[in-house]
Amino acid sequence: MSEISSEQIKEYVLRLADDAVVQGHRLSEWCSHGPFLEEDLALTNVALDFIGRARMFYAYAAKLADDGSTEDSFAYTRDCREFTNLLIHELPRGDFAFTCVRQYLVDEYSLRFMEELCNSEDPTLAAIAAKAIKESRYHLRRSRDWMLRLGDGTAESNRRMQEALNELWGYTHELFEADRFELSLANAGVAVDPSLLRNEWLTAVSTTCEEATLSLPTENWSVRGGREGIHTEHLGHLLSDLQFLQRAYPGLEW
Amino acid sequence: MSEQHEQIFQNRIDAEEKIEPKDWMPEAYRRNLIRQISQHAHSEVIGMQPEGNWITRAPTLHRKAILLAKVQDEGGHGLYLYSAAETLGISREELIDALHEGRAKYASIFNYPAITWADIGAIGWLVDGAAIVNQVSLQRTSYGPYARGMVRICKEESFHQRQGYHIMMTLARGSADQKHMAQDALNRFWWPALMMFGPHDSESAHSAQSMKWKVKRQTNDELRQKFVDQSVAQAEEIGLTIPDPDLIWNEKRGHYDFGEIDWDEFAQVIAGNGPCNRQRLTHHRRAHEDGAWVREAMVSYQKKVQQRREAA
Repeated sequence: MSEISSEQIKEYVLRLADDAVVQGHRLSEWCSHGPFLEEDLALTNVALDFIGRARMFYAYAAKLADDGSTEDSFAYTRDCREFTNLLIHELPRGDFAFTCVRQYLVDEYSLRFMEELCNSEDPTLAAIAAKAIKESRYHLRRSRDWMLRLGDGTAESNRRMQEALNELWGYTHELFEADRFELSLANAGVAVDPSLLRNEWLTAVSTTCEEATLSLPTENWSVRGGREGIHTEHLGHLLSDLQFLQRAYPGLEW
Repeated sequence: MSEQHEQIFQNRIDAEEKIEPKDWMPEAYRRNLIRQISQHAHSEVIGMQPEGNWITRAPTLHRKAILLAKVQDEGGHGLYLYSAAETLGISREELIDALHEGRAKYASIFNYPAITWADIGAIGWLVDGAAIVNQVSLQRTSYGPYARGMVRICKEESFHQRQGYHIMMTLARGSADQKHMAQDALNRFWWPALMMFGPHDSESAHSAQSMKWKVKRQTNDELRQKFVDQSVAQAEEIGLTIPDPDLIWNEKRGHYDFGEIDWDEFAQVIAGNGPCNRQRLTHHRRAHEDGAWVREAMVSYQKKVQQRREAA
């Protein structure tokens, strides 16, 4: 791990923080829009977990940066090109089917990812992952249940879920692609090599889809770019919401 | 027979016994409670909207997490209260239908918009503050499930009030813009917060009977006075001014005297002419309608699982 600099670890940690804050943001948009009150509370709960995860990662990045950066300066004062989250997180929340399918695909990924990150030679990353695993287990139980209930519910719910799965599929490939930077950190035992997670993920997703009477998309399309800051047009709007106060009244305590 | 029942019922109330769901109760007592508890539940749920309006724009991740947790608590309160109302023999669907059809009310304060971040502070400090004054008193209400619900709710509400006050304090000690934002929110929310306690005792349609049944334990005016008395020092502490030129300490009464509420505005907002009445109901109705396919799918899936289990 010695050849890896704090600056490199910070860059890696920011990727994970951005994933979590953007996912949490999209979930938090559901507040008071849920299909019934219990689900409104559950979505808020999952949103809180992701915001909490983002805060832990940002706080660690701030410590590594050691230049006066804070969790909030990372979240609130960087522009689109500096955000390095994977694209799947930033897609608009869509209908409840879209939110459920995205959450399920992300949960199957996050759980495995965090299980691996737990073995990181970086003790802070390993500790954050250990906490995240417990949450992801619960998230996955919930989102998998929704896959079954809505996939195998009514004709309408099945149609909506299938549509959502088709719309999301092209954004899943990016989850498993490591650039050279991530691979070097993975080789040093700090980061996760996500390509190793793909087979298990695909097996789990296939099994769930089959049980949920949904078909795995076969169309051959994929979109990527999040880790290089090449985002969809949606992220800018998300950031203009998220960052409004800090941008309008810069440098204040809140 | 019924008169005898009513006498026994009133004797139990007078002896401070709690009335429980299976106990005999006058029909009017039951109806009055359903009205009050469901209004309370709907208020918690509709109140998620103005606060939800700021969740995505909260100024720091810490404030965002606090606000998310708060709004989640409010929804949870809505759930206990719907359950408490259900013990009186009405379903949640019926309660929600009554809300959508305008037969049930919710706290009028939520018909005012949360325009700035300071409004989230003002809502926590003043609106939750006023709600607590009312709810502390309701911990001694005569209906058992409602009283017990209030005990739990009060604990969480006082936490919310402190968080709201902390937002106001931070703004009041901040830049000139922030202080202005805080004062402006206080100006807009102060009078609507006083209106939360309802009409004067002399004008209140349900008060006398509710007091006799101990559904209410203190009158609207008593509770309002308590709220004014506690809020003045809190405003002074952080250097904000309560927007009432008639506000003055009355040594003889041992209370603050305060100006008259604009009862015309109160009536207007209740009649549906507040800034957000239509928006709040439309939002709730739309979320409910948008979720219909989800609820149908759940029922359908449940049936399939049942059938498979029986076939196996």
